[in-house]
Amino acid sequence: MRLLKLLPLILLFGAAADAQSPTYGVGRTPTDAEILAWDIAISPTGEELPVGSGTADEGSELYLEKGCAGCHGTTGAGGLAPRLVKRDVGVLEDPWQYGRILPIRSPYATSVWDFINRGMPLGAEGTLTPDEVYSITAYLFFLNDVIDDDLMVLDEKTLPAIQMPNRDNWAQVPDWFPGQPRLQGYPY
Amino acid sequence: MSLALKFLSVYFFVTELSVPVNFIDEGITMDSKKSDRREFLKRGAALAGGVALGTTKTANAQLEGPESFQRGTDEIVGYGKRSRFVDSVRIPHGGRASPDAFGLDFHIATPLQDSVGVITPSSLHYMGTTRGSFIPDIDPEKHRLMIHGMVDNPLVFTMDDLKRMPSVTRLHFIECAGNRSNRRHTTIQETHGMTSCAEWTGVLLSTLLKEAGVQAGADWIVAEGVEEVKGASSIPMTKAMDDCLICYGMNGEPVRPQQGFPLRLMAPGFEGIFNVKWLRRIKVVDQYYMTYNDFGHLTQDPATAALGYQIGPKSVITHPSGGQQLPGAGFYEVSGLAWSGGGSVARVEVTTDGGRTWFDADIRGPAHKMAHTRFTFEWNWDGSPCELQSRCIDEIGQVQPSRAQAAEFWNQPPDQAPRVRGQDNSIQPWRVDGDGSIHNAIA
Repeated sequence: MRLLKLLPLILLFGAAADAQSPTYGVGRTPTDAEILAWDIAISPTGEELPVGSGTADEGSELYLEKGCAGCHGTTGAGGLAPRLVKRDVGVLEDPWQYGRILPIRSPYATSVWDFINRGMPLGAEGTLTPDEVYSITAYLFFLNDVIDDDLMVLDEKTLPAIQMPNRDNWAQVPDWFPGQPRLQGYPY
Repeated sequence: MSLALKFLSVYFFVTELSVPVNFIDEGITMDSKKSDRREFLKRGAALAGGVALGTTKTANAQLEGPESFQRGTDEIVGYGKRSRFVDSVRIPHGGRASPDAFGLDFHIATPLQDSVGVITPSSLHYMGTTRGSFIPDIDPEKHRLMIHGMVDNPLVFTMDDLKRMPSVTRLHFIECAGNRSNRRHTTIQETHGMTSCAEWTGVLLSTLLKEAGVQAGADWIVAEGVEEVKGASSIPMTKAMDDCLICYGMNGEPVRPQQGFPLRLMAPGFEGIFNVKWLRRIKVVDQYYMTYNDFGHLTQDPATAALGYQIGPKSVITHPSGGQQLPGAGFYEVSGLAWSGGGSVARVEVTTDGGRTWFDADIRGPAHKMAHTRFTFEWNWDGSPCELQSRCIDEIGQVQPSRAQAAEFWNQPPDQAPRVRGQDNSIQPWRVDGDGSIHNAIA
């Protein structure tokens, strides 16, 4: 009788344990080194950021050296590739008016580091060292007045701590569930 | 003598005379002998029919025949080609060269005006890239998919591993967030060409995630490709566990390089960018990562954010459509495509008078979830100017709006050109002029 009372509990824990163990046993476990090498998506809190550092001062030289200027323009504007510097319109109350420019609009400094690291420069993606990415990121923040010191050291600790102007000024995507309309109350 | 009797007598005549004696001599088994004989008799009867009807041969000779007969070639045997008379092709979207001077591919639009059925041929499937892209040349033997992050068992799969896992095959459309019609567009390829539908084969992402063991609090995944910008998107775990697919197959063969060979994530009904190509990594995480792809969706307005995520109910008449020409008054099958990111298409309505009266269209074939669905409507055109439109109602009751309805919902000032928030799912009007020419009727 006592056993019968326990049965549901046993079943419950049994099922929970099952759900966490592989069913098919196909595939292998990656090594820590493999994970580290591939783990390039940087979260807003920056835990994947590699050790390294750089300044806007160093970044200004790298911006020319690495060919950024060739596509984005020597001043961060006027090239074929997207503009990297906010329009010269003074200090605005609504940072959204600066335009769709990653290093000023993004709510997180990590997005800028992440994209330079993964996707730049064109044709030589993935060749920048962490120090170089920290430096170029710092330079873009300096150009956009996100930081005002061209000798400020950006590293894996200081970069995620940068307060971007839109940090809390953006619309989260809604919680998604199957079979739900796109927007409650919107018939279309 | 009746025609049937004539046939009958010819048939018997053939039967009597046409059994070659040497069939038996060659020792052919009874079964194959019978079937050979049956074939012979059929051909004999057909021939006899021609003779019996007398006029058939003459009538045939008056129809134009093939231009020529082509000898078979190794190329035709190896990988078939379409007729040289079929010239439907994709075009770069939005006036931007693709490939550009660097050889980068940008957005390329499907010729929906020529579509039949619901499958877009892989060679004509629309394509979009996040930055402009060189297409990676990936050896599938070397390709790997890694699943890691907040899981109990991080896993690496080879392509062969993935093909050992339980598979599913589903029809799904993909549509670009920028598939927005405007009044300067003349053809449907310009107004709607950045959506296509294919049959996708692969493993449910939920199968792989269960295998890895998702930990509590893991509300998101980041899916990442291996192309030069390593495009990555944040996707909610609810979607990942619901119906996302890890696809190695497309329209009965390996996924095409432009579509992500050898592996592509399919997030059915989500905007195109979520369907990560050249997929190599899925990281299970606890927060929205605001990747560069995610940044492309960034907005201040919660309604726009919601409406630029899951595709709304949408449809368009593919024939007749902008730039096409009706030869004259009379019967036409109006034909089009409907789809929704919210599920399957429940109903499609068609109007031929610019929206005053609506009729139910016929749904052709099963309406699959998050798939193009063909609809048709039988129409007798009286030759006078009119306006054709279609609207989609999906299984969860969402209705495709006109541009005016969407503007009215948002209390847009009437002097402003109506703009549909988020991804544009508004009704496409086609104007039919008295001369049978078809035009984009967006004001």
